[in-house]
Amino acid sequence: MNDMTPLKTSPKDWETDQEVRWCPGCGDYAILKAVQRTMPELGVRPENTVFVSGIGCSSRFPYYMETYGFHTIHGRAPAVATGVKLANPDLDVWIITGDGDALSIGGNHTMHLLRRNLDCQILLFNNEIYGLTKGQYSPTSRVGTRSPSTPFGSVDRPASPCSFALGSGARFIARGIDTHKKLPEVLKAAHAHKGASFVEIFQNCIVYNDEVFAGFTEKKSAAETQIWLEHGEPLLFANGSKGLALDQKDLKLHVVDVVEGDWQAAGVARHDQTNHGFAQMLIDLSPVDGMPMALGVIYDHPRPTFDRAVVEQNQKAAAGKTPDLQALISKGQTWRVEDRPHTV
Amino acid sequence: MASAARELTPREAEAHPPPEAVVVRFAGDSGDGMQLTGGQFTLSTALAGNDLSTFPDFPAEIRAPQGTTFGVSAFQINFGSTAIETAGDQPDVLIAMNPAALKTNVGALKAGGLIIADEGEFGARNLAKAGYAEGVNPLTDGSLARWQLLSFNISQLTMDAVKPFGLGNKEALRCKNMWTLGLALWMFDRDRAPIVEWLKGKFAKAPHLAEANIAALNAGHAYGETAEISGPLKQHHIAPAPAEAGLYRTVTGAESVSLGLVAGARLAGLPMFFGGYPITPASAILHHLARLKEFGVTTFQAEDEIAAIASAIGASYAGQLGVTSSSGPGLALKGEAMGLAIVTELPLIIVNSQRGGPSTGLPTKTEQSDLYQAVYGRNGDAPMPVIAAASPADAFDCAIEAVRIATQFMTPVILLTDGYIANAAEPWKVPDMSGYAPFPVHFLAEAPEGGFKPYGRDARLARPWVKPGTPGLIHRIGGIEKQVDTGHIDYSPANHQAMTDLRKAKIDGIADHIPEQQVTLGEESGELVVVGWGSTFGPIHQAVRRQRARGRDVSHIHIRHIWPLPRNLGALLRRYDKVIVPEMNTGQLKTVLRDQYLVDAKPLNKVSGQPFRIAEIEAAIEEAIG
Repeated sequence: MNDMTPLKTSPKDWETDQEVRWCPGCGDYAILKAVQRTMPELGVRPENTVFVSGIGCSSRFPYYMETYGFHTIHGRAPAVATGVKLANPDLDVWIITGDGDALSIGGNHTMHLLRRNLDCQILLFNNEIYGLTKGQYSPTSRVGTRSPSTPFGSVDRPASPCSFALGSGARFIARGIDTHKKLPEVLKAAHAHKGASFVEIFQNCIVYNDEVFAGFTEKKSAAETQIWLEHGEPLLFANGSKGLALDQKDLKLHVVDVVEGDWQAAGVARHDQTNHGFAQMLIDLSPVDGMPMALGVIYDHPRPTFDRAVVEQNQKAAAGKTPDLQALISKGQTWRVEDRPHTV
Repeated sequence: MASAARELTPREAEAHPPPEAVVVRFAGDSGDGMQLTGGQFTLSTALAGNDLSTFPDFPAEIRAPQGTTFGVSAFQINFGSTAIETAGDQPDVLIAMNPAALKTNVGALKAGGLIIADEGEFGARNLAKAGYAEGVNPLTDGSLARWQLLSFNISQLTMDAVKPFGLGNKEALRCKNMWTLGLALWMFDRDRAPIVEWLKGKFAKAPHLAEANIAALNAGHAYGETAEISGPLKQHHIAPAPAEAGLYRTVTGAESVSLGLVAGARLAGLPMFFGGYPITPASAILHHLARLKEFGVTTFQAEDEIAAIASAIGASYAGQLGVTSSSGPGLALKGEAMGLAIVTELPLIIVNSQRGGPSTGLPTKTEQSDLYQAVYGRNGDAPMPVIAAASPADAFDCAIEAVRIATQFMTPVILLTDGYIANAAEPWKVPDMSGYAPFPVHFLAEAPEGGFKPYGRDARLARPWVKPGTPGLIHRIGGIEKQVDTGHIDYSPANHQAMTDLRKAKIDGIADHIPEQQVTLGEESGELVVVGWGSTFGPIHQAVRRQRARGRDVSHIHIRHIWPLPRNLGALLRRYDKVIVPEMNTGQLKTVLRDQYLVDAKPLNKVSGQPFRIAEIEAAIEEAIG
């Protein structure tokens, strides 16, 4: 058993002596800082924490966290993490992945980890590009993305990470932005959720896909293009001057003007983070359609976790049985050969 | 194999096969329950004290179209009062439940052998399905004259026997296999009681089915006893094989691998995590282990082969014994993850129940064609120990040996079995576990003097195993080249050279911790040595034994440790004038032996999906040293 008593730490305690090797200006630096700032607030112990990653720029992350860390192979972090957590459910497991790692080569594992509901946090750094292999378009790149492998623009439609997660049965879905001050809050909520917590973090790749999210991340227009969700609170943005209302006829969210703060008169809906259908509508909002990008905790609706179920079944099946190896191998229909010659 | 203590006398070895042994093949439609019949007959044979070996041979399709030749399922058993090491070359008795079964199996039957056929199934429709020309019935046209033929309407006799139980036609005919088993039990003077007990247990929830099946079993037995027929159908008594005293059971390779893994984990003092994905013929290991929770076994049916091994690696990293198992195609998928386990130097067991390849190949047939894949099949210089089991019983000790090497040397290990070993049953003298020396694992719990080095090494070149959760030993590992000692990322030329050399030296060094190669049968030098590995043990051993009895200077060397090879093997092989390597592939061990020792090893290959026959190996011996 691990020592699970809470420990007081500072962000410094979560930094390693390793030289960080991301490009200058990469959004990954901001995410690393946000995680290192969040950890002390969770009261957890570094030695009980394991960061597991796949392959890609984001997946170098574990080397920079003063915790146990496992930099695995492309796409397989969820599978490795499943083994880690089932072998020792006391460990606090974080998976660091990217859009290519989690949704292309590792899509299968991501889906199954989410449907099983393994208790862990999955931070998907979405930069809509393959960075480490020098800039090919990724499964989240928008149609028309020009890259070394798509010199005339990509023609295939992108996957929506949060839609994928919701469809896979995820019970916690949230979004954050690499440099946004609210990222630690999102991470804390993800950690507080028991089960697989899926967090899409919009991460700017300064070299191969710079400003791809500028449409909703630029500070000057952020109030108009971002809506930060709070459970039970009205869906307001643009400093309270606009809100989202549900049109009962077409079952769609529409932007409505809020006059003098009277959001109720404008028909603005409240955020219900346990509502699956609502989560899908929020995920689908796109700045391209003139809607704000939904950020924060979109869906948080816990149910029993896989690791707990496995442990409980193991205990139940083993209850009252003595593990007698000699008896086990002597099972079944047996016969004895005596020392003297055998006659029938 | 070799549960019998006594070897054949030269006179016995002269005979083909020895008179104290009989080979029976049950063949029928895949829906006829032939594997079940064979399994129960095996049990009764074991209880009668005979040594035995079996060969289940069934189609890949779960319910192949009824009556067709590709839907034929067969079960062969060789049993006798002397040591039995193969499922037998040619059956003495063939029980054919339909025309397709007769057609596909009669060719293997020994000249003069006995055919028992269910003539009730030899109607025009079934004959056509089996591909007989219109109007041709082999039971009546004299084409079976080389053999003794007994045909009677087993279907009708079964229907009559189960009539009192009010079963529908279909259900009633399902009891045919028990009728046949009853007859076979009579033929070989066997006790029906254990089968009756088994039927009662199997149909505990449907007692009328139990009664019907028991009635069919008794009717088949009575049919033989009342001797309504004379001539070829006669009762045989095969005396028990003299065997070492002790407790015996039958065991399949899948069972013994599972038990061996559990035993190995206990000897190492570790809980076990098994990640698997369904694949023929390896799934049985997952099924067995899934029931053994009280032994600290967690089983995880993963979403694919890669997740199966990746989760096992994760579990090993967290401090359990990670195990995964598959067959050839699955092993191919696991290749990259094996490399990860090699670089991160974590213990891991990978069981490969080999089947015919390439690609999907022959899912239910046996082959030894994954040796290259096991020894060489990864990117980069990725050395890994490989152990191969000779038989179902041998797989128990091989599994323990795999766990010992994996945990003592911090390395993944491949354990090779094959479809034949996985499915075949043989008597197994239950070992006394107190005779196995434990090899407890020591997790590093605090920094040693001089500081903690995640990639520091002990005398065996193994790095320390540290469980996440251990205070003071926090570190990171991964698939990128590790720096010597620290384990930090390091791409520098000198470091990669040093780490590649270290990884190789560690695996090569295992040769100092495995037994030297013994001559399995024969002399330590001579005219000819037959070198084998895996499930070819039985036919090679019998062939060499018989040829030695005829005065030929031939020896048998069976290799368990495929990689690293035993230290003395090269010198040993050079003491023979000729080396033959029979393999169920196109010459893979042969290539390794030539490469390692520059010996002129000659291949003898068979890739038909069927095991070697003793006679085929004998012929090669005679040709080599006539």
